[in-house]
Amino acid sequence: MATRYFGEPIKRNEDPRLLKGEALFVDDVHLPEMLHAAFLRSDYAHARLKGIDVSAALEHEGVVAVYTADDLGDYWQPGPLLVPPPPVERLTFHQRTQVPLAKDKLRHVGEPIAVVVATSRYIAEDALQDIELDVEPLTPVVGLESALESDAALVHDGLDSNLAAHVIQEKGDYAAIRAKAEVLIKRQFVYDHGAAAAMENRGVVADWDSKAQQLKIWDTTQAPIPIRNGLAAMLGLSESQVQVIAPFLGGGFGPKIMMFYPEEVVVPWIAKQLGRPVKWIEDRQENFFATTHERSQIHDSEIALSKDGRILGVSDTFLHDTGAYAPYGLTVPINSQCTLLGPYDVPHYYSEFKAVFTNTVIVTPYRGAGRQHGVFVMERLLDIAAKELAIDRVEIRKRNYLKPDQFPHNHEIIYQDFAPLIYDSGNYLPALERAAEMIDYDNFIKTEQPQLMKQGKCVGLGIVSYVEGTGIGPYEGARVKVDASGKINVATGVGTQGQGHFTSFAQIVAEQLGVDIEHIRVVTGDTSEFGWGCGTFASRGAVVAGNAIHAAAVRVRKKVLKHASEHLEAAEEDLVLEGGKAFVKDVPTKSVSLGELAQMSNPLRGAVKPGSEPGLEATDYFGPERGATASGVHAMIVEIDPETMMLEIKKYIVVHDCGKVINPMILEGQIQGGVAQGIGNAFYEELVYDDDGQLTNASFMDYLIPTANDVPTVESDHVETPSPLNPLGVKGAGEAGAIPVGPLFAQAIEDALSGFNLEILKIPVSPGKLFELLQESGDGAQ
Amino acid sequence: MNVCVTVNGKVYERVVEPRLLLSDFLRHELNLTGTHVGCEQGVCGACTVLLNGDPVRSCLIFAVQAHEQEIMTVEGLAPAGTDKLHPLQEAFRDAHGLQCGFCTPGFLLTLLPFIEENPNPTEQEIREALSGNLCRCTGYQNIVKAVKLAVETAERGE
Ligand code: FES
Ligand code: FES
Repeated sequence: MATRYFGEPIKRNEDPRLLKGEALFVDDVHLPEMLHAAFLRSDYAHARLKGIDVSAALEHEGVVAVYTADDLGDYWQPGPLLVPPPPVERLTFHQRTQVPLAKDKLRHVGEPIAVVVATSRYIAEDALQDIELDVEPLTPVVGLESALESDAALVHDGLDSNLAAHVIQEKGDYAAIRAKAEVLIKRQFVYDHGAAAAMENRGVVADWDSKAQQLKIWDTTQAPIPIRNGLAAMLGLSESQVQVIAPFLGGGFGPKIMMFYPEEVVVPWIAKQLGRPVKWIEDRQENFFATTHERSQIHDSEIALSKDGRILGVSDTFLHDTGAYAPYGLTVPINSQCTLLGPYDVPHYYSEFKAVFTNTVIVTPYRGAGRQHGVFVMERLLDIAAKELAIDRVEIRKRNYLKPDQFPHNHEIIYQDFAPLIYDSGNYLPALERAAEMIDYDNFIKTEQPQLMKQGKCVGLGIVSYVEGTGIGPYEGARVKVDASGKINVATGVGTQGQGHFTSFAQIVAEQLGVDIEHIRVVTGDTSEFGWGCGTFASRGAVVAGNAIHAAAVRVRKKVLKHASEHLEAAEEDLVLEGGKAFVKDVPTKSVSLGELAQMSNPLRGAVKPGSEPGLEATDYFGPERGATASGVHAMIVEIDPETMMLEIKKYIVVHDCGKVINPMILEGQIQGGVAQGIGNAFYEELVYDDDGQLTNASFMDYLIPTANDVPTVESDHVETPSPLNPLGVKGAGEAGAIPVGPLFAQAIEDALSGFNLEILKIPVSPGKLFELLQESGDGAQ
Repeated sequence: MNVCVTVNGKVYERVVEPRLLLSDFLRHELNLTGTHVGCEQGVCGACTVLLNGDPVRSCLIFAVQAHEQEIMTVEGLAPAGTDKLHPLQEAFRDAHGLQCGFCTPGFLLTLLPFIEENPNPTEQEIREALSGNLCRCTGYQNIVKAVKLAVETAERGE
C-alpha cells in the first residue's frame, strides 16, 4: 500500500473540537426543565446512622425532592462485585460492596446519605445544610496493621474481622531454596499510591422520556456498556430502552471505571421518578471523598540470592488497604502480586496478601493499578542486594533478566484476568542497554558524578525496569461501515478519555481501506452506536478494541475488493485501495470510489445477489487468550539541594517496548503523562488520613499534583517486540509511564545522598520526609 | 441583579443571583461551555478567561463583578465562521499539546497574553507561565513545545 497510516505520527482528528471548546463533556449537557442534585455526605469515618430528618430541607424554596435510602425501596441494593476473585486455591474473600445511599451505618467520610434535587445546584447545596442527622460516632478503623488486631472496631458488622481477603500464591518452593541461599535480604516496604485527580470530576445527567419510554444517560464513565446493562437490569427496563453516552471525558485513569458509583445509580432513578432531567456534577472536594482512590500496601519481603547476585527466590507478604468496600475484588493486590516478578527469572516465589477493610474511601485501580507497589518491592530488593554484594545495579538486573528464548514464560501463578501469568514475548536487555547509553551511565558514575560530588553537589542516577500486563480480555467489538459519501464510520464500545482513540482507531481502518483519516469518523462510548463491549482499563483500548476494529476493517476491505473487482472487471490481486478509491494497479484511471461501491452494494432497485449482504459493512470482535506483556526501563539523573532537600530532575529517559506502535506521537504523549503522574506519586502526592479517618488534604491546595515546573522533559526511545497474541502485534502503553517512578526516585535519591547511607523504603518521599530520614540515618553528618 | 457583559464581542444582558460565579454564568447562562471547571478553588486554571485582556479564574469571581466589562473565552479564539484555528490552537494540535483536552481552554487563555508580551520566551519562562495551570494528562512537555512552536510561527509572521 502506498500511503502508510499505521505507525505514523498523524495529528489527532479530535483536536479541533477540543481546542475550540466545542467538544461535549457531561457537564455541558443542558436540557429543558433540568433539575440539579447535590448529595449529603458523611462527615464521619465510622458511625451508626440512627435517623434522618429531611423536612426542613424540603421546605426550602426551589427544592423539588429529597431522598434517603428508605425512599429507594427495593431499588436499594449493594453494588455488584465487578471482578469476582480469580480461581486461586488458597483464597478467602468476603464480599462487601458500596450502597446507593447509606442506611444504618456510615463507613467512610464522603459516603452519600441523602440527595436533594432542586432547580439549581446552588439551592440544592443550601438545602443540604437543613438535613438533620441522628448519628452515633464509632471508633474509626484507619491503620492497616491495627485494623487486623483482635480488638479492632469492625467496618462491617457481619464479619469476624476487617479481613476482606486472604490469598496465597506460590511457585516452586521458596522455603527450600531459602535454606540453601548464600544471601538473604529482608526489608519492610510501604508504597502509597494516590488520587487519580482527573481534571474533570465525575458527573451524571439522566433524562427519562416517558412517551418514548427511553432513558438517556450521559455519564463520565470508562465503561458505558456495562453501565447501560446494569442500569437496565436495576430499573427493570430492556437494554434497548437505555442509552448511555460517555462523551468526551476529561481524563479517566481508572477510577471512572468503578461501577456503580452511588450517584450513577441514584440519578437515573430520580429522573425516572420525577419525569424530569436531572444533573449531578461532582465538585473537586467531593472528588477526593467520593471518587475511588488507590492507596497503601505494607510489604514484608525477602529475596534469596546466590553470591554472584542471581535471584533464587522471593518471598513477599503484604497488607492491602481496600477502603470501606471492595467492589473491584482483588484486582489491585493481584496486580501487585503478579507484577512484582518483573522482567526477572524468579524460580521460587511465595506471595501472600491480606486485603483489609478500613473506614476510608474505596480503593479501585488507578493508572498502574497495584503494579507500582510490586515493582517497587522488587526493584528495591535488587538495589539493596546490589549494594550488599558490590555488584553494579545495571549488572545485577542484566544477570537476572529473562532471556529471549524463555518466552512464552509461565510464572505459574494466576493473573487478574484469571489466566496463568504467562509473558507472551519480551526482550529486555536491549532496552536496558539503550537506556544506559542514553543516560550515559558509565560516564556519569565514573567521571561526572565524582567530579560534581567533589564540588559539593548531590547528584545521583536511577535506573529501573518493569513489566506491565496489558490488553487483557474478555473482548471488545467494532463495526466499520463505508457510507455512500465515501466516508467511513467506525463504532466501538470502549469509552475514551484522551488517549487519541479517534485518531489511532482511524489509522487502523485507514491502513486497510486507503482512506485518509479525516474521512474516518470514530464513535466511541455511545451504547446506541455499538452495544457490546467492556470498557477502557488495563491499557487495553489499543490492544483489544484496536484488534476488533482491525478485524472488522479487514472484512470490509474484502467486500470492497470483491465489489470493485466485479465493477472494474479486474482481478482482486491487481487492485489498489488508496485515496478513497479502488483502482487497477498501474492503470489509475480505471477506478471506482468507495462511496460509489457503497451505493452500488445497497441499491434502491434491482437486487442484491442472493447470499450476499447489502452495504460495505462488517462487525467483528476480538478477545485475546490472555494479556500482552509490555516492558521498559526508566532512568534519570537528579540533583538534590542538601539544604532544602528539593530535588531537580536533570535528565529523564524512558525506553519502552509496547510491541507495534500505532501512532508514535500519541504513544509519547501517554508516556510523558504517565511519568508526570508517577513523579506526583513518588514525590508530591499523598492522601493523608488522620486517626479520625478524616482526609486532611482534600483540595488541590493541599494535595499537590505536579505542575509544569515539577516535571522534566522526557527523552524516549522504543524497542519493538511484537505480541504474538494479536494480529496487530500491539501491547498496551497507557500505564507504562507511571509504573516504575517510585523505585527510580528511591534509587536516584540514595545515590545522590550516598554519603548518608540512606535507605528509602517508603513512597512517597518528599523533601520533608527526606530530611527526617537523614536525621534518623545518623545526625545527617556526611 | 442585572449583569451586562461583552463576551467574545457579543453583548449579553441577564438577571442573575449575586452569588452566581462567572464560570457558571458563562457555562450555564450563556451556554459557552468551552470554559471548564476543574476545582472551583482557584487552583487548576481550567476556568481561565480573559477579563479586559487579563487572564482571570472565572471560578473565583462573581458574574456581577464582570458587569460592563469585556470577556474572552475559548470560543472567541478561532476566527468565527471558518474551519480555521487560531495559530496558538494550531500549535497545540501540531505539538500534541492536549490529550483529554479538558484543561486546554484554560491553558490557551493563559498563554495568549503571555505570548503577546513575551515574543521570545525561554523554556523556563514558558514553564513559569504554565505553572498556574494543572494538566493531568500531558506531563506539560508537549504544551511547552506548543508554546515554542506558536512563538516561532509568530516570529515568521505567519
Ligand atoms: S476551576 Fe477555577 S481554578 Fe480550577
Ligand atoms: S489534556 Fe487532560 S488535563 Fe490536560
